[in-house]
Amino acid sequence: MKPEYDPDGYRRDGPDFTGEPLHAKLTETWRDGPGLLGWIRSVDHKSIGRRYLVTALVFLALGGVLAALMRLQLSGAEREIIGPDRYNQIFTMHGTTMMFLFAVPVMDAMAIYLVPLMIGTRNTAFPRLNAFSYWMYLAGGLLLWIAFVLNVGPDAGWFSYVPLAGPEFSPGKRIDVWAQMVTFTEVAALAVAVSLTATILKKRAPGMTLARMPLFVWSILVVSLMVIFSMPSVATASGLLLSDRLVGTQFYNSYEFGDSLLWQHLFWFFGHPEVYIIFLPAAGFVSEIVQAFTGRRTFGYTAIVLALIATGLLAFGLWVHHMFATGLPRLGYAFYTAASMAVSIPTGIQIFCWLATIWTGRPRFMVPLLWVVGFVVTFVIGGLSGVMLASVPIDLQVHDTYFVVAHFHYVLIGGAVFPLLGAITYWFPKFTGRMMSERLGKVGFWLSFLSFHATFFPMHIMGIEGMPRRIYTYPAGMGWETLNLISSLGAVVFATSVGIFVVNMLLSLRKGERAPDNPWNASGLEWATSSPPPPYNFAHLPIVQDHTPMWNDERPVAYGLRVEDREMLISTVIEAVPDVREPSPNPTAWPLIAAAASTVLFVASMFTPWAVVIGAVPVAAALIAWFWPKDMNHEGEPVIE
Amino acid sequence: MSDKPQFNIDLAPLPTHAFGHRALTWWGLVAFFLIEGTAFAVAIAAYFYLMNLDPAWPPPPFLPPELLAGTLFTVLLLLSELPNTLAKKAAESEDLPALRKLLVVMSLVGLALMIIRGFEFVSLNVLWYQNAYGSAVWLLLVLHTTHIATDWVDTLVLTALMHTKEGTKGRRFVDCAENATYWRFVWLVWLPMYALIYWLPRIA
Amino acid sequence: MKRAFAISAVFALGGCGGIQSAAGRDGMEGSLIGGLFEVFLWTTAAVYLFVLAYLAIALVRGRRHRREAAGLQGQPPPDADRKWRTGLIVFTGATALILAGLTIATWLTDRALAKAEQDSPVEIEVIGHQWWWEVRYDDPIPSRMVRTANELHLPVGRNARITLKSNDVIHSLWVPNLAGKQDLIPGRIADLVLHPERTGVFRAQCAEFCGLQHAKMALDVTVESEADFGRWKAAQLRPPPVPTGGGALAGYSLFQSRQCSSCHAIAGTPASGMVAPDLSHVASRRTIAAGTLPTTHANLAAWIDDPQAVKPGNNMPEVPLTEAELGAVTAYLETLK
Repeated sequence: MKPEYDPDGYRRDGPDFTGEPLHAKLTETWRDGPGLLGWIRSVDHKSIGRRYLVTALVFLALGGVLAALMRLQLSGAEREIIGPDRYNQIFTMHGTTMMFLFAVPVMDAMAIYLVPLMIGTRNTAFPRLNAFSYWMYLAGGLLLWIAFVLNVGPDAGWFSYVPLAGPEFSPGKRIDVWAQMVTFTEVAALAVAVSLTATILKKRAPGMTLARMPLFVWSILVVSLMVIFSMPSVATASGLLLSDRLVGTQFYNSYEFGDSLLWQHLFWFFGHPEVYIIFLPAAGFVSEIVQAFTGRRTFGYTAIVLALIATGLLAFGLWVHHMFATGLPRLGYAFYTAASMAVSIPTGIQIFCWLATIWTGRPRFMVPLLWVVGFVVTFVIGGLSGVMLASVPIDLQVHDTYFVVAHFHYVLIGGAVFPLLGAITYWFPKFTGRMMSERLGKVGFWLSFLSFHATFFPMHIMGIEGMPRRIYTYPAGMGWETLNLISSLGAVVFATSVGIFVVNMLLSLRKGERAPDNPWNASGLEWATSSPPPPYNFAHLPIVQDHTPMWNDERPVAYGLRVEDREMLISTVIEAVPDVREPSPNPTAWPLIAAAASTVLFVASMFTPWAVVIGAVPVAAALIAWFWPKDMNHEGEPVIE
Repeated sequence: MSDKPQFNIDLAPLPTHAFGHRALTWWGLVAFFLIEGTAFAVAIAAYFYLMNLDPAWPPPPFLPPELLAGTLFTVLLLLSELPNTLAKKAAESEDLPALRKLLVVMSLVGLALMIIRGFEFVSLNVLWYQNAYGSAVWLLLVLHTTHIATDWVDTLVLTALMHTKEGTKGRRFVDCAENATYWRFVWLVWLPMYALIYWLPRIA
Repeated sequence: MKRAFAISAVFALGGCGGIQSAAGRDGMEGSLIGGLFEVFLWTTAAVYLFVLAYLAIALVRGRRHRREAAGLQGQPPPDADRKWRTGLIVFTGATALILAGLTIATWLTDRALAKAEQDSPVEIEVIGHQWWWEVRYDDPIPSRMVRTANELHLPVGRNARITLKSNDVIHSLWVPNLAGKQDLIPGRIADLVLHPERTGVFRAQCAEFCGLQHAKMALDVTVESEADFGRWKAAQLRPPPVPTGGGALAGYSLFQSRQCSSCHAIAGTPASGMVAPDLSHVASRRTIAAGTLPTTHANLAAWIDDPQAVKPGNNMPEVPLTEAELGAVTAYLETLK
């Protein structure tokens, strides 16, 4: 192929064009437009990552308020603060908000922001798709919460089992809202997964072979593939549910040759990988934090990568352990017991490696590492109660009781939220240019850690003592009052501690100590640029020669990309050899417009099936406009408007 | 620790577009194959699951679908791979005049297929709400129809695009090549569905 | 650590759980599962202590390295981590062995549970409704079939096989003192075997979210001697006598003439509604409204007067009755022992 460049026609970065003049030119090319319109049209992964993060934290707060209400109602026997209908909506909204609107999106947020910086590129692949995904996520969240505020919120649990959630036993729009919210959020998550997979495989800095990628990036690669293979299942499940409810199909109706268990299989085939989709990025956080705060490269890189992959694969073979009480053949159950036990082996491997790193390194016990320690102490309890749940006879006693509630909060809060809070503290300087308060961070950590156990440990006992889940009240004299009261008091303190973390974030945004490029002396490429990074991330693309580029003295770079237009580098998949120069899209409003059209289609289709056909037209128009090349008159090298 | 960059690799000689897995478009395409493929696999799994629960499939007194429309569709779809492959080759060798003609052919083929697909729906001998068998059969057919409709619209857009000035740009040839690849996915996925909708109820 | 000892103490005392507790271990299945749980508890506690110890030592060693500037830094030389690689392999192997052991323990318990289900003399059918339990004692002779609601009587030391069906949504029958739970799924038939080993009164509860009043769908379980069980069954088979006078007779007439009889059945009377609990012997039950209220005069009256206040959203409508009528109906129901 003959070269298409004209060395005299394009300005490029390089030894002749570097430093301050280059910075000014690249900023002009890569920055967002001014004001609200500029923000709306942004395709900058940092801007999209930030809005994802803020939105996810808002949903965390909303979900937390719901939890506080539940704990208030259950703090004593036979309380009448919240009636059954509202309570059923509240626990459904709590689970749905936490799982669909907080846990996955917050991991997506961190990945969208960090991955391009960690692999040494200027933006994600398919940045408009990322922008689109955010609007879809927001629309889904708004749909759910507006419905809830209007007393049309779903009330059949976050897992929405049929026939309860079917047309006969849940008339009205409540479950349609839930099912369609699932459509929005899984479209968003799938879009992000596609973007991140392509980014990680094709946009890495020269020399960053797969075997030299940061462990967080590996976790996101595995998770993105998991999303691609699991989300279509819940999309199909919820689509079939909507179809049964709105146009009379009989998929889940056992009286017309359908089956209620079909729903459970389809839902949990997604639902089980979902929890590892939430956990594995947190494991990635832990690997990064441990490396930075011990000063040595994390022990067992290969073992951890294999453990991530093994967990991702195994996660797809466990889903029936949510269905042990449904009466399927016992021999089949035995397989799922073995697989569910086996999945803890790769996780155990990761924990061994992290602890070995701390043991042999020089750990600095600053707030992010404290969260990691809290994670180990907490998550392992959750993992061990999970081993108990994997055993069918034990599960048949504690399934659908507060024992399970204890288990999953231990693994989700201990295993995902604790590392997340450590990760936010760790990367806060990079996101904002300021340090979070170390003192407030320590206070918040201890308060969170202790109150978490006070809130959730008693639930193990409550479950064994006979308290089922999803009940809006319980009778006096069952022996559950004291444990519930302790749990509720713990919840108050836990909520406060999360509030302290948020206050720390807000105060530090204004008055935190200003952060240099690499305040922690960490090893990854994200610390090779300023805090916060300029719009173009790196003036010259870094070249990587080992696992810990920032711990080397040299700064080798690749150069020669155009600076007047947005251009990035595509490299080969395994060895990251530079291969193609790729234009990167300019800011555009088409993702928002396409998302708006899709929102109209999805919401209207809750009311009439014709909306699917009619609504497809504006969606198609928006997508065509989005992809139609707008540089029709532009000669020379490509630009994406 | 020195912060002065060492300028080691010059990227300027690299091309600005490439075909196949060297292009980002390909990866996006493969990702969508995986997503849609999984959705189809799940739908097919649901079909088998429901079938396994019932001794008779379709449940009496329902009859299996008529074969004519579906078989005609399948034959035409498989034959369309000929112009499709030619289109892909034309795109990869950046032969614009040939590509333009072939895209028009594919657009007309898509139109014909959509018309036959309409006849398929009325020859299913069951409606989606009558029982789970009907629901499952309609599910497979509706999913595939959405699939082929989207690619047909994509083909129409590219046909229009390649008849403009934009058609001379290298990246547009990559788009056309990827669209041809997607068409292969469309008929590949159809084959098991054809078997499931039209033949399994006759054999089982 | 303290917590682990606390919990094991709870189980060691065995049966110190309440009337709805898996710690009770009052049945064969529950005991087997409780024993298995103890194996898991001790094993996982030991594993956890190991992890905590590893963590603690890592923190201490790490801190010392930091103070003395002694620990590994940057990219350590390849052989610095060699013994840790060995440690990783040993650790992984040990984890796999422990999990295999727990899996085998599980399998052995499963086999013991299956063996226990060999002969099942007492055949019971439970049909789940939103939000009550229909209970039938099957018998080869149709006239000896018992139909009751929201209660189970079981003879101690004998198997009871409960066939589980659902009339509407998915429910789950869970008698924690006796055994694990099993779901009641519409369109499917499942079974649950109970083998009570101790007499006593227990409480079961629905353990699958089934809608508005899932929280108030419980069931009284009475485990009694073979003789007492026989007496109970015989009493269930005798239709209650129609009252001859007084308030009870007035209540009886009201019951037959108002909506009551269109949903409820009472043996020996024209009332034969099948969509609500059979009331033939309601006064002999410990609780009413599926375990919601103890059976007392006041509670019966309160329930009939305003069921929506007691269990909002349940399917029993409010039947308008005057004070006197309410008293009569209550009096009638109290005769149904």
